[in-house]
Amino acid sequence: MSRIMNWIDERIPFSNSLKLHVTQYPAPKNFNFWYIMGSLALVVLVNQIVTGIWLTMNYNPSADGAFASIEYIMRDVDYGWLLRYMHSTGASAFFVVVYLHMFRGLMYGSYQRPRELLWIFGMLIFLVLMAEAFMGYLLPWGQMSFWGAQVIISLFGAIPFVGEDLTTWIRGDFVISGATLNRFFALHVIALPLVLVILVFLHLIALHEVGSNNPDGINIKKPKGSVPDDEKAPFEFHERYTAKKDIVDAIPFHPYYTVKDLVGLAGFLILFAWVIFFAPTMGGFFLEPPNFQAADPMKTPEHIAPVWYFTPFYAILRAIPDKLLGVIAMFLAIVFLFLMPWWDRCKVRSVRYRSTLHKVNLTVFVISFIALGYLGVKPATDVYTIMARIFTFLYFAFFIVMWFYSKNERTKPLPERVTK
Amino acid sequence: MSNAPVDKGRRRFLTVATSVVGGAGALAAAVPFIASWSPSVRARLAGAPVEMKIDKIEPGQLVRTEWQGRPVWVIRRTPEMLESLSLTDDEVRDPESDQPQQPEYAKNKHRSIDPEWFVAVGVCTHLGCSPQFLPRNFGDMDGVDSGFFCPCHGSRFDIAGRVFQGVPAPTNLVVPPYHFIDDATILIGLGEDEGAV
Repeated sequence: MSRIMNWIDERIPFSNSLKLHVTQYPAPKNFNFWYIMGSLALVVLVNQIVTGIWLTMNYNPSADGAFASIEYIMRDVDYGWLLRYMHSTGASAFFVVVYLHMFRGLMYGSYQRPRELLWIFGMLIFLVLMAEAFMGYLLPWGQMSFWGAQVIISLFGAIPFVGEDLTTWIRGDFVISGATLNRFFALHVIALPLVLVILVFLHLIALHEVGSNNPDGINIKKPKGSVPDDEKAPFEFHERYTAKKDIVDAIPFHPYYTVKDLVGLAGFLILFAWVIFFAPTMGGFFLEPPNFQAADPMKTPEHIAPVWYFTPFYAILRAIPDKLLGVIAMFLAIVFLFLMPWWDRCKVRSVRYRSTLHKVNLTVFVISFIALGYLGVKPATDVYTIMARIFTFLYFAFFIVMWFYSKNERTKPLPERVTK
Repeated sequence: MSNAPVDKGRRRFLTVATSVVGGAGALAAAVPFIASWSPSVRARLAGAPVEMKIDKIEPGQLVRTEWQGRPVWVIRRTPEMLESLSLTDDEVRDPESDQPQQPEYAKNKHRSIDPEWFVAVGVCTHLGCSPQFLPRNFGDMDGVDSGFFCPCHGSRFDIAGRVFQGVPAPTNLVVPPYHFIDDATILIGLGEDEGAV
């Protein structure tokens, strides 16, 4: 065995990479519940790729055949229903874990220096994920697929001068048609997954370069020579990490966090399986009722709502009574998130040691985001529109207010070492 | 290998020249990939005009047809509907149809060739949903019982497809080119004196 390993290691750095990133990677020992989301996202990604490959084996990407081929998968292909529900539930699960993962980052200041690029790669993953989900939703060629795509592509029509031509170019036709379906299929199964996997790789490389943040938001890597030997973490870490720093309060990623993540995974899979077997449509939130009818370009459904994970941004779009400004606001909502490392000028990372004002601000932001998500699935009545405007205002206020108070924020003293 | 000193100016020139030529080549290679996303010849041909019989349409009724893959409405308006247009004049964004959302011959108060017949593309100018035709119970304005309501984002249009103020849609509904072949037939997609598209 070791002779085989030696043979391999002389040709590619297999053992070394394994040590560097898994068995001798120092992770803070105080990770809590919020730190399982990243590895869960990886598991869901694998689920999407594997079930997606199997679905393409029976799916027919054409305007005439798409809807019927989904019915075929659901009814006639052995376990086709399971593969499809794993894929559709996986899409929603992906956004659940990614939103919680992002919230963790906001809570513990994981976007702050030196983790800006890590945050940006993460945001790019979020963006590609949204594109991936949007294009995937067109493929069943149901009523909501069609009209949802119609609305989202029309967003680009708001761009002055080139808008109309741009939408025609994206669709490949004057309306959404088989041409649109085919190109979305190509992007959904080849182009975007490739980009996604590359971005995930970059996200992990960036993470391991700067090291994981933790719920206390303090450094576990101290200047070399500043820590007595008996206070250093009693584990062997890769010399890449120990050469320039003394490491305290850390444990190797494997076996400690792989085992912890397995427990989280077990809990997650129970919930995931429950949805697949007992509530695959989740009351219309994961798979919407109009999508059980084939696309009809002549008839818009009574009420169009995107899938739940887009609704906060959709509510912002609707809240603004001007086409171009509404589209701009929606995109700004995401751009503002990208710029998180620069809105927050505080040196203290974790919400545990930050001012009450910051805690209130973050809470209001989360409430606004959830409220916008709720409003996004509701029809645009007068009262709901006014509420959407208020919460849109609060959403953006989060960033701008933070920029002002975070510079000279009254924070609590940081502990020397991570707390229990 | 010679031991001559490196000529930095020459190396720089070659680097820049190679980059420019290579970059131009890459741009040129991108053209087919980008252009292939445009509508194909088949898609462009599908935009041909459509003929429609209108002699069976009752007053106040809307009939749909399809042109360029989009829904086109033909509505035979009642006198009450036409009267309501003077009431909505002050409530709509573009009462005189100044925006180029219609052919020249439909740039008038009723936005049509013949006031009785209203022809429009049934696609909301906001984000492309198809609005609902409400022949009655349109809203709380006295004397205005009919109009169009887009269920997606709440845009409202009067019975000439003029967009109301304070809704997300920016412009009036599009009136396609069309003309009457005879009293019973309408051709959608082509004006009276226009050549083939």
